[in-house]
Amino acid sequence: METKLTSAKKQVIIRTEGPTVLIGERINPTGKKKLTEALKSGNLEIVRKEAIAQVQAGADILDVNVGALGVDEEVLLPEVVKVVMNTVDVPLCLDSANPVALEKSLKVYQGKPLVNSVTGQENSLKRVLPLIKKYGAAVIGLTMDDDGIPDDVDKRVAIAHKIVERAEKVGIPREDVIIDCLTLAVGANDKAGVVVIESIRRVREELGVNLTLGASNISFGLPDRDIINNAFITVAICTGVTCPIVDVAKVRPAVLATDLILGRDRYAMRYIKAYQQRQKQMEK
Amino acid sequence: MNNEILEGLRKAIKEYDNEKAENLAKRAVEEKLDPLRVLDAMTVAIREVGDAFGRGDLWLPDLVGAADAMQAAMPIIEEEIKRTGAKRESLGTVVAGTVFGDIHSIGKTMVCTLLTAEGFKVHDLGVNIKAEEFLQAIRNYNADILAMSALMTMTAPEQKKVIEQLKKEGLRDKIKIMVGGGAITEEFAKEIGADGYDPTAPGAVKLARKLIGR
Repeated sequence: METKLTSAKKQVIIRTEGPTVLIGERINPTGKKKLTEALKSGNLEIVRKEAIAQVQAGADILDVNVGALGVDEEVLLPEVVKVVMNTVDVPLCLDSANPVALEKSLKVYQGKPLVNSVTGQENSLKRVLPLIKKYGAAVIGLTMDDDGIPDDVDKRVAIAHKIVERAEKVGIPREDVIIDCLTLAVGANDKAGVVVIESIRRVREELGVNLTLGASNISFGLPDRDIINNAFITVAICTGVTCPIVDVAKVRPAVLATDLILGRDRYAMRYIKAYQQRQKQMEK
Repeated sequence: MNNEILEGLRKAIKEYDNEKAENLAKRAVEEKLDPLRVLDAMTVAIREVGDAFGRGDLWLPDLVGAADAMQAAMPIIEEEIKRTGAKRESLGTVVAGTVFGDIHSIGKTMVCTLLTAEGFKVHDLGVNIKAEEFLQAIRNYNADILAMSALMTMTAPEQKKVIEQLKKEGLRDKIKIMVGGGAITEEFAKEIGADGYDPTAPGAVKLARKLIGR
């Protein structure tokens, strides 16, 4: 299955067979004081820099999230989307829980974006899916509903089914729904990893769709987080995740190695090219 | 004999052994140990874990493991306290929860564990808690402190709603309010009329003591 996204001039295809497409997570003020302050004061230079740095690091798509207290997302999200579109030529992932902010951003977007996100909550399905249909976008579906994020695999998979069915009902093709099985911290519950991995495997098997995952949350509260993040992303990709949302500079080497091992990198060209780029940067 | 049980309980908590903690709590009741002394022993153990966590020597899973072991023993000891009518000293009563629409639990649970270790009586309402539920619990338990968590910018305003509701019902001045969670800032806490904010779980404990002057 293929999910096609576009920017003004460029197309990115996410394939269930891989190779892995990377969505850059760093335009998001959560836990970033400097970015939060910049967004509040409307100084978008730092956003521009972050966009360029991520694309240089190998991001295929950029997530854009401006949710912070004291920020009016309905005004700022479309504005930041425009700035990022003018800075880099990659498809964007419009990230907000506010449907008005999403619609205003969809209006200014050039191309076919990804929207992050819809959930299995009735309210969300009713408000977000019609927007996706109207603007011809693709959407990320989170496996949570009014009762929260289920602890067990069956329930998460059932929510994924529900989201796909509801999307198809309003005329959104299945390939334009990307499921996120939701990462919880293994530090808080040592079964959190196996539950999300098993959910990913089942969603891939039963629905055949592309899967994303915000991976960094897995290591919350633990030492040496990068080690855990890299191991997790590798296992997630092996199981069916095709477009994780990540800190690209940090995880791309491990992702390329995983793709290589999975037979998705002819003559190891992508892996070697990335190595050479790293070497060049070190010489600088 | 008695000390052996208390020492065992302390060890069970520090080794995250739920089953052992539960069995020893049962034995403590059988042997008619003063339930307040048992509670004390557990509190000391969890405080040691909490302090090490605060210093960065232990990690989130350590805190969760110790809290789980204590939680396995707690209902048995609380039942015994009720039965014997023992008077339990506490620093104060806390009602805590993550606000409506928000299901993040880790930070809230960490704060509850550390507050319990410090000697507060904590009623953890859980996540996705509506304003009415907070108010009802505050009345039921005659709480001294309300601790609210919100991790998302969409749900943070819910904290304000709870505070407004408390004002409306004339309860605001009877309680201290502390707020926290990834979405919250010092500035926001002031703006909504909370009494305090701290970005860390150990910091929240110090804040709670400060708020009630103990």
